Amino acid sequence: MPNPVTDFFEALTDRTRTRLAERGDAQKTIIQIGSATCEHAAGSQDVLEEFTKHIQASGRDDVIVHKTGCTGRCSKEPIVGISIPGRPPVKYERVNREIVHKIFTQHIQKGAPLPEHALDNSLDHQYAFEFVFCQGLRCNHLGGLKESFEQLLRQHKIPEDQVRVSTHGCFGTCSEESVGQAAFVLVRPSKVVYRVKDQTDLELILREHIRGGRIVEPLRVTRKPISQDFFDLYADVSFFSAQNRIAMRNSGIVNPESLEEYISLGGFKALATALSKGDPEWVINEVLKARLRGRGGGGFLTGQKWKLATQNEEKTRYIICNGDEGDPGAFMDRGMLESDPFSVMEGMIIGAYAIGACKGFYYIRAEYPLAIKRIQNAIDLCRAAGLLGKSVMGSGWDFDMEIRLGAGAFVCGEETALIRSIEGERGQPKVRPPFPTTRGLWGKPTCINNVETFANITAIINYGGDWFAQVGTEESGGTKVFALAGKVKHTGLVEVPLGTPLRDVVFGIGGGVQDDKALKAIQTGGPAGGFIPASMDTLPVDFGPLAKVGSIMGSGGMIVLSEEDCMVDISKFYLSFTQEESCGKCTPCREGTTRMLEIMERITSGKAVMEDLDKLERLARLCQQTSLCGLGRAAPNPILSSLKHFRDEYTEHIVDKVCRAKKCVALVRYEVSPDLCIGCTVCARNCPTEAISGNRKEVHVIDQNRCVKCGQCYEVCRFDAVERK
Amino acid sequence: MTKKMINLTIDGTPIQVPAGTTVMKAAERLGIHLPRLCYHPNLSLEGACRVCVVQVKGFNHFLTACSQEVWEGMEVQTNSPEIRQARRDIVELLLDNHPKDCQTCDRDGNCELQRQAYRLGVRERLFEGRRKEYPTDESSKSVIRNPSKCILCGRCVRVCAEVQGVGNLSQHGRGFNTVVGPANLSNMDDSVCIQCGQCVAVCPTAAFLEQDHTERVWQALSMPRDVKHVVVQVAPAIRATLGETFDLPMGTPVTGKLITALRRLGFDTVFDTNFGADLTIVEEATEFLNRVTKGENLPLLTSCSPGWVSFLEKFYPEMIRYTSTCKSPMQMTSTLIKSYYAEKKGMDPRDIYVVAIMPCVAKKFEAARPEHSLPDGTPYTDAVLTTRELAWMIKSYGIDFNALPDGEFDRPLGISSGAADIFGATGGVMEAALRTAAVKLTGEELGPLVFEEIRGVTGIKEATLRVGDKDIRIAVSNGLNNAKHVLDAIKSGEKEYHLVEIMACPGGCIMGGGQPYPRADHDPLDPETARTRAKALYGIDAQKQLRRSHENPAIEHLYAEFLGEPSSELAHKLLHTHYQARTPRGIR
Repeated sequence: MPNPVTDFFEALTDRTRTRLAERGDAQKTIIQIGSATCEHAAGSQDVLEEFTKHIQASGRDDVIVHKTGCTGRCSKEPIVGISIPGRPPVKYERVNREIVHKIFTQHIQKGAPLPEHALDNSLDHQYAFEFVFCQGLRCNHLGGLKESFEQLLRQHKIPEDQVRVSTHGCFGTCSEESVGQAAFVLVRPSKVVYRVKDQTDLELILREHIRGGRIVEPLRVTRKPISQDFFDLYADVSFFSAQNRIAMRNSGIVNPESLEEYISLGGFKALATALSKGDPEWVINEVLKARLRGRGGGGFLTGQKWKLATQNEEKTRYIICNGDEGDPGAFMDRGMLESDPFSVMEGMIIGAYAIGACKGFYYIRAEYPLAIKRIQNAIDLCRAAGLLGKSVMGSGWDFDMEIRLGAGAFVCGEETALIRSIEGERGQPKVRPPFPTTRGLWGKPTCINNVETFANITAIINYGGDWFAQVGTEESGGTKVFALAGKVKHTGLVEVPLGTPLRDVVFGIGGGVQDDKALKAIQTGGPAGGFIPASMDTLPVDFGPLAKVGSIMGSGGMIVLSEEDCMVDISKFYLSFTQEESCGKCTPCREGTTRMLEIMERITSGKAVMEDLDKLERLARLCQQTSLCGLGRAAPNPILSSLKHFRDEYTEHIVDKVCRAKKCVALVRYEVSPDLCIGCTVCARNCPTEAISGNRKEVHVIDQNRCVKCGQCYEVCRFDAVERK
Repeated sequence: MTKKMINLTIDGTPIQVPAGTTVMKAAERLGIHLPRLCYHPNLSLEGACRVCVVQVKGFNHFLTACSQEVWEGMEVQTNSPEIRQARRDIVELLLDNHPKDCQTCDRDGNCELQRQAYRLGVRERLFEGRRKEYPTDESSKSVIRNPSKCILCGRCVRVCAEVQGVGNLSQHGRGFNTVVGPANLSNMDDSVCIQCGQCVAVCPTAAFLEQDHTERVWQALSMPRDVKHVVVQVAPAIRATLGETFDLPMGTPVTGKLITALRRLGFDTVFDTNFGADLTIVEEATEFLNRVTKGENLPLLTSCSPGWVSFLEKFYPEMIRYTSTCKSPMQMTSTLIKSYYAEKKGMDPRDIYVVAIMPCVAKKFEAARPEHSLPDGTPYTDAVLTTRELAWMIKSYGIDFNALPDGEFDRPLGISSGAADIFGATGGVMEAALRTAAVKLTGEELGPLVFEEIRGVTGIKEATLRVGDKDIRIAVSNGLNNAKHVLDAIKSGEKEYHLVEIMACPGGCIMGGGQPYPRADHDPLDPETARTRAKALYGIDAQKQLRRSHENPAIEHLYAEFLGEPSSELAHKLLHTHYQARTPRGIR
């Protein structure tokens, strides 16, 4: 029987194919430039402009610029990718106008890549083929095949510069096969994935593919693995190859402003599947099977939430996408909204269909203008294409959405406060129950899901809930995106399967602690999260284990702290954030965080007594146990977890008046070493308070009463004569 | 259908309650009154103060009893050491950010925060630190706003929006800097405040208070009789509530003692606002009958409640033409004191000082309206004391109120009918008007006296009464949010009435913003309080010989001797007023 949705989808994909074919990009050299807030800040717009000028000047019509979102490799932006047909794509880091000129004249015009500018030294070893072996958590017992292959290459004396063998987290292919029966190998730049079972298969690949240059069709995986496109482009960069891209599979590949490109990457297939089945319950069951937990921090099972909303007799229902990302240092949601808005949108439409919503709202903070622009663009394009509005995809089901802007209150990320804000009220949490699924926006059943939650939905529908559940742990399926920052070598957005040991993220992907200092702790979950001491760095990242050690998953902040950080000072910083952002409604959070902050200020300024620690802990517990909303209840987490794991640092501050990391200014003392000072007068001349005295060529002295501990003398002394104690 | 019953235990005691009951209500059934500050039964759930937290088995954090509904098998602990400490600490946190001036505070001894601090055992300060400090806003003629004393329970915000439909107050800023006030934190005087004083009535502390007029009254009373002749008038609702402040059972009428107390305080003449009420009815009934005869500007809206008048001018100026031009009973009485009475006594009206005892804080605003003054600007009413202020003055003087003998009002402005007494309860003005109108419309001397259908504290009451050959459709509303519904229905044409009584405060004047604070075991706005107080007024009415305003001989005499006839030119000049649109900026 013909299905109107299927017909609609086929017509849509046909139209897209034709239009993209008309563009004829396949035969062109593509310059890929990141276009997101962070990339813009790093200078990608200049880079774009410079490339455009170069293309015009060269008169080449086979070179095009392709704007994509952000891959999440923050510290190396702007990133530029050059794809010349038939050759492995090359990525460059920290590109500026000068490097653009070099790239264009040498790489594009003459075919000679520039290893010195390649992203993460990815061009240090050049090769004709790269064989990337899947090393997913669930099938790595077949990892032996990789070693066999390397041995085979050595036996046949294949030179190392021709074939490179590497590994990658997981392609997300295993749903087709029973787990453990085969390993998957991605071949770059051939854009092929092979299913390899034994030595015979490996030999066949060597003979046909490497020697003969022909694709081994019988071994080829016909159904495209979820992250193939991403790894075709990025597998040679270790920062990416250790990751697992599901929610961010299109980030850095797709043009976030092009519906056609999204469709060409498999977009709206999931929605077509869901709508053509005509069974919302099936969608909810798949999401339940996937064990997808809310990525906003609560970790509530998404399928369960959807189910609750459908159990309500009220038929006017709403769905909301929570894009009010407010944690300092967190930018996962912004990344996804800016880099792959259609995927978030498709997930949300599927969610709306599942719960029977008639209207959806994007709640995005006003500080994200580009995300807002791109979501608005996505809404407009989807509406024009019949993917939103009356009879979505010809299904007969009406659904539309609009954007509401958050005005900068952290608390509006809390769902009841968010609802109040959309309603036009003061953004303050309300007592729950009733939960929004019972009585939400304008009193109607409402589902609020996080951006990242929606970004996972299409993958679940396309590849199955069971498949999704396999990635991740028994309790929670799939991956989690983290914003890796702090004292770590590689900062950026990192997507790993839930259950990945913290260590693997910090050292494996992040490259370890900056300046090879000792790891002190890892802070997860944003300002309301907790500290995990270095001794626990094998802890799997998942909702349960993190909660057990006094932290939270939160929306996915992950800050690496080194021996140079003071735990008391950092705890004070987080507390000052939650104190500032407390909405002021309930007593323990409004008054309690203020009093705790006062105690923290006393501790860091050396004015506290040991009794203050008991008061601090008492207030922290009060705030945790009696606050109205989740934010208030989690606000004391930094205090409680640092007291638990780093109590000795508190004691040092209070009793010994010492800050071992020398971060607490009031406890730091600057002195001039008589042995090292040569009397150059530089420190005295730079002191803003004229606290340093001494004649030329004589030892200088710092007047401790006048010193404001700015550290200027310490910075300017070229003889290390100023000591910080 | 009977509700499903739920079994739970509270402190180990099993109890069965209907599904949907909150833990707080369930605990009350066991005789456990959990502490509370932000909770109010008539307002929406706030869940902000957290002092009613209880421990529930299976939960790491504590739940608020005010909001949490019971479930089957729930095990609640209301007084574990952890809970006791948490509650104590929460109240200390509130105290730590509150001025330490209990001894000099208006609410000393009557403050819910003070009460909770004592009850929960805050005997020392553990967490003290910086404290918020805001200037006191004394711009309003009626309501003083003092945010330094605010504990952010949000009751004023909710009463203003949910009960009064005004929405003048809201929280501003966030966290520690949260403060309650009018939009843009403008002055109360520049705000859409309608001066009803319900914020004062529901405030657990002294963050809202009435403008104090006691000092100027003491001053006037201290002057020699021939320099200032101090006349006092007492609103109907006072006699039903003043006794509460002297530990008499709620609903005890104290008219006689009240009069004696006022004389002891030094008032030279004690008049009754009831007289003005009777006069209002006579004037208003005439106005009503004229409109009915002409069939224009109907329905007639009453105008006794100054909070309502302010609301009318600010939010419904298009309804001004329907509103009775009669002055309120207080202003009629004051005007007559400074005209009719002054003339009779041969006194210069400027030598007379008129004090009105009112259940209302909006009356302070009304008294200050420029149209209510002699041509030289001397106000007809010089001071307005709330019930609370009067109670304090009596106590401050040292008068043993309960031991006082009964007194009598002075004449002529002290004679009144029972119709005037019931002005203090919602529906009372309507009933009084109907008693007179029925007689005037039918020409029969013995019309109906009791209109049960418009008694009671329901927010909106409607009735169609057969009077003579006419069906008179009436509506009575109290609480301005209810008035909104009535007015909107009139505006849209959905409802057609002949006569509508509107009282600003929920329950009418007996629940006015100037009435005594509830005792520790009662909530402000409690409907039971309203019922009990109203009963006292209906009781006084029932015992009177005179039941209809127009039968009041003093009124008849006033017209014969001074005003001529109802709605005469002089009556219009002295007893009627006018209104003007005061649409707030940004509203329309």
